[in-house]
Amino acid sequence: MSKSAGTPGEITRRQMLRRIGLTALVAGPGAGLLSACATAGSPAATGSAAPTAAGAATSAANPFGVAANAPLEVVIFKGGLGDSYATEVHEPLYKKKFPQAEIKHVATQQIAQTLQPRFASGDVPDMIANSGTDLIDNAALQQEGQLLELTELWDAPSIDDPAKKVRDMVAPGTVESGLITGKPYVMNYVFSAYGLWYDAALFEKEGWTPPKTMDEFKALCEKIKAKGIVPFAFAGKNASYYAYWMILISAAKIEGNQLLIDIDNLVDGAWQRDSVKQSAAAWAEIGKYMDKSFEGLIHTEVQTRQNQGKIALYPSGSWLENEQKDQTPDGFKYALTPTPSVTAADKMPFEAIRAAAGEGYIVPAKAKNPKGGLEYLRIMLSKEGARGFTEKSGNITVVTGAADGLQLSPGNASLSAAQTAAGSNIVTYNSFEGWYKELETELRRQTNALMFGRISAEEFCEKMQKAADKTKADSSITKQNRTV
Amino acid sequence: MRHDKHPLKAGTPGGRRPLAAGAPGGGHPLLARVRNSKYPFIVGFLIVPVALYAVFVISPYIQAFQIALTNWKGISATPQYIGLENFTRLFEDEVFWAAVRHHGVLLLVVPLATIAIALFFSFLLNLSGGQKGAGMTGIWGSKFYRVIFFLPQVLAVAIVGVLFQAIYRPDETGVINSLLARVGVEPIGWLIDPDLALWAIMGVMVWQAVGFYVVLFSAGMSSIPKDVFEAAALDGAGRLTLFFRITLPLLWDTMQVAWVYLGIAAFDAFALVQVLSVDRGGPDNATTVLPLEIWRTAFNFSKFGYASAMGVALFFMTITFAALTLRVTRRERIEF
Repeated sequence: MSKSAGTPGEITRRQMLRRIGLTALVAGPGAGLLSACATAGSPAATGSAAPTAAGAATSAANPFGVAANAPLEVVIFKGGLGDSYATEVHEPLYKKKFPQAEIKHVATQQIAQTLQPRFASGDVPDMIANSGTDLIDNAALQQEGQLLELTELWDAPSIDDPAKKVRDMVAPGTVESGLITGKPYVMNYVFSAYGLWYDAALFEKEGWTPPKTMDEFKALCEKIKAKGIVPFAFAGKNASYYAYWMILISAAKIEGNQLLIDIDNLVDGAWQRDSVKQSAAAWAEIGKYMDKSFEGLIHTEVQTRQNQGKIALYPSGSWLENEQKDQTPDGFKYALTPTPSVTAADKMPFEAIRAAAGEGYIVPAKAKNPKGGLEYLRIMLSKEGARGFTEKSGNITVVTGAADGLQLSPGNASLSAAQTAAGSNIVTYNSFEGWYKELETELRRQTNALMFGRISAEEFCEKMQKAADKTKADSSITKQNRTV
Repeated sequence: MRHDKHPLKAGTPGGRRPLAAGAPGGGHPLLARVRNSKYPFIVGFLIVPVALYAVFVISPYIQAFQIALTNWKGISATPQYIGLENFTRLFEDEVFWAAVRHHGVLLLVVPLATIAIALFFSFLLNLSGGQKGAGMTGIWGSKFYRVIFFLPQVLAVAIVGVLFQAIYRPDETGVINSLLARVGVEPIGWLIDPDLALWAIMGVMVWQAVGFYVVLFSAGMSSIPKDVFEAAALDGAGRLTLFFRITLPLLWDTMQVAWVYLGIAAFDAFALVQVLSVDRGGPDNATTVLPLEIWRTAFNFSKFGYASAMGVALFFMTITFAALTLRVTRRERIEF
């Protein structure tokens, strides 16, 4: 895990952490000490969002009324996505619009360490790419009144078509993915899909087809095993959530998205419903085809083994191809297949996939130029901005159709085909992963125990229900809620 | 990796400094001899280190006690006081007690194993070679071995962690398992078997610590007057008798210090567990330790208040341990 930024590994850490909503506030010694001292003194001005830059008049081209000469400070997490998409695409676009504005670009891998003391002292930047291992807890920032609500952004006219709102130009679910206590605070920018990834070339050569049901999956596992290849694997040491994604996606296919909503809302007994039990039992069966040693490996080790043709199917998200590009041999063609159906009576078809927006961008409420921050986000959500991002970072954005005409990699092409096949059958994301870290930590633990055969599906459900009940009863945890 | 020093850890007794400062013999004779006129001189020397110590060690400790009484999430400037709620919560926290149990095991095994091995090695290095000229000597090549033994101590814990990741890797690409594979033994899941994982991590701790204590005990042994050994040897004492009847009793003070140091190390183990264990403290909480839970609670769960309460608990455990050890092992000092 100790890998430097810019290595392919980093993208997973960063993306996955965003995805699981690692709301960890990982401050360095200095930041922590400073903030610790800060508890003693300065009074908190919570809840107020007082922009300090003198606003200009609003117009169709300048819907937020950005002061043309107000400086803008942009903080970018410089990980797997790099920061050239900001310095070479979005910042020049902003500069083109406001030539007098001076842009200060800060690239860091330690968002929390860099920014926590600045939040405590009130000297905050205008736009933050809040990602990486060391991101700042968005929910905590929001609770302290440090985040600017983005309703204004989503309702603003789009740059490409002023007749439409920005919210109409992005993939469904994007705005919802950034809700905190029911209001949009985070702009999730990168579009990802989740499922089982395999080497299409290998499958073609061996005459294997990706399984559509769990029974087919088991039959295929036998065939793959006979060839001396591990049929399915995930990395237990640091990425067991890749496996629980599969369990929960399968459960959602059985029962429908309401299950995931109920799990997020800590509904009594949600973890002990038949859908979760069936799914957990089915995946535990698949777990038996894994080598025990995978529990002690990290994700890059397992992923590299897949590139070497030692592993057939691997659960992950669409960043995988980009993450592994240095290890992927010529002829290896990443392809995505949806998680197999568990029962014949599943509510959602096999083709249903989980697709979601990730990679959060925020505007601090107490920024000096929050209007500029909003405008910067609006530029990112333009077709030109999104296309430039895809070109620089290799990742598809939430902006619909922005990547049209770009040459897609095998993985991205497969992703796009899977998305088309899924249509409106989209499995939603688990918000509890970001809301209730303790529950999430317990789920990782129990997922390893289940998948590596130490507990049964029954025990898994029982232990998770206990953890969910504990979270629900814990008065120190702010409860969240979602309906979609 | 995020396993280096962090503020909460600074507020918990993970390091040796507080104890070292209060350790016996730390300068009282000097102070006793000081005359009034010399105070400004002494104060001039002490003011900077004491101020630094107060700011960077004492004040975080005090702040940890304060934060433990709040529900601070790490961002706001005004945490709310919630009384002793965080402490009552500790009693029902399964993971906390799992960590405490592991410290119990660490506390027994790590100091015992380290001291035993270090004593054995330092005896070999210093005294077992028989008499030569005026004094005792170690076995052949002892100077070389001394360097080798000390080497792990020079490596940063993080590096040791990464090294042992490769050594313990659970499939046949791991160093140990690839050797086992050659003699036909199935790979052993050093860190993934819940019954084995903590022992594997303790192995690393002992491996890393032994070198330092070999040097410490060597120093202790070399300060034992040679004529004591000569006299014993003349009386026909063998190596075993020399070791148990002469060396060990005369090393008691050094061993007491070693025990306290190793005990405090057993209350830490953060970096190794964080780097080596499955899912940080796993599998199934089998390796988790308090500093790791403190770190997770503060920085993952954003519960700085509760994490500080754990820190305070750890503080009292460490202090109790150190005080108990010094008291229980107190013996009459042998002057020589």
